[in-house]
Amino acid sequence: MRLIRKKVQKKMNNIKYRAWKIVLLLLVVCLLPVHAVEKSEKEPFNAGKFILGHITDSYFWHITSISEKEISIPLPVIVNSDTRGWFVFMSSKFEHGHSSYQGFEISKSEKHNGKIVEILPDKTEYRPLDLSITKNVASLLISAALLLLIVLSLAKHYKKGPKVAPKGFNGGMELIVVFIQDQVIKPCIGKDYLRYSPYLLTMFFFILINNVLGVIPIFPGGANLTGNLACTGVLALCTFVVVNVFGNKHYWKDIFWPEVPTWLKFPIPIMPFLELFGIFSKPMALMIRLFANMLAGHMIAMVFMSLIFIFGSISVASGSGVSVLAIFFAIFMNFLELLVIFIQAYVFTLLSSVFIGLSRMEPAKEH
Amino acid sequence: MLSTIILQAVAGGASLAALAKFGAAIGAGIAAIGAGIGIGRIGGSAVEAIARQPESANDIRMNMIIAAALVEGVALFAIIVAVLAIVM
Repeated sequence: MRLIRKKVQKKMNNIKYRAWKIVLLLLVVCLLPVHAVEKSEKEPFNAGKFILGHITDSYFWHITSISEKEISIPLPVIVNSDTRGWFVFMSSKFEHGHSSYQGFEISKSEKHNGKIVEILPDKTEYRPLDLSITKNVASLLISAALLLLIVLSLAKHYKKGPKVAPKGFNGGMELIVVFIQDQVIKPCIGKDYLRYSPYLLTMFFFILINNVLGVIPIFPGGANLTGNLACTGVLALCTFVVVNVFGNKHYWKDIFWPEVPTWLKFPIPIMPFLELFGIFSKPMALMIRLFANMLAGHMIAMVFMSLIFIFGSISVASGSGVSVLAIFFAIFMNFLELLVIFIQAYVFTLLSSVFIGLSRMEPAKEH
Repeated sequence: MLSTIILQAVAGGASLAALAKFGAAIGAGIAAIGAGIGIGRIGGSAVEAIARQPESANDIRMNMIIAAALVEGVALFAIIVAVLAIVM
């Protein structure tokens, strides 16, 4: 009897059986979209609106919709109207954009689509000063809290005894910190790397944690913060400030009077213009690279999911057929996205440290 | 031949938005071709280099990933321009 049980146990633990169990589970999950299509046949599925709704910022944190009712977490709205002063209220007063509150409403016009506008007495609308906690800001606060938790707990471990190796999660974080510092920051910047490594390590962990939170589909993840041009723009601006404020005299001399033939710099300063353009284009490239990679990753997952609904609106059979393929593709793209997350955070930090190192290079000594 | 097709479409009254979408889609396709060629060459040389000297596989892999991320950045600039052409 025990021999038979051992044999069955061994078979169940065999990797092929476990793989087939997972495939069966996925196929069962694929039957669910069929049910959803049957219920909501009132308005046709608009793929563009579905995808844009998940990628752009919004005043509620949308969790799910169950049988025509949307379930979302309302977020605080903080607006300062020019004429009437400050207003602070929860965005649930807008009822998902269907009603207005105290003269404010979510606009559906061409110019301010999706943003809060104030309706003046003569029916024109304009945008007040808007400091609301939107979905991206809430995600930023959550990821900042997570970042502080991770980094400060590691720092507290070192305060207790610097000679003891950290264990567990702290050990994993130390591995990453030492990897970035020894492989990326120290070779690129040179001898005074310790001065810039707090900024670069903070930036690496910030980008990493925000990217990872963006890939998780449920609350508290799922807000596309690094896929927002404003966030990556500020990160690139910080690099721009650090590179140019701490650049040494040789760096600035190389920009305004580079060592090129004289006809390229006097009377028409061609090379200085190009170098000046380069000062701005390098952080801009950093900004767009991170933004586009994260946005593209989100959009691909959304597009595969909306394929299911597009085919489902044609017929139930085609919907369920496509859903098997679409879910496999979406999972594969999410694995690729995991790789892209690490690579993009690493490349942003690497390029920032290369720029900082280049701006602090000593001139080559004459032999 | 391609130019005559485009001229006929313009004469037939294709709107500016439709032309923008046409141009953006072709631009995105060309960007994908460029990225494919670039990253394919990077991967090919990296694999050849690893075949020559297997013990330096880790260094080569890190350099390949960095170069691939930079090339992909350029391709994504083109995608952003295509999206701007459709939206604006």
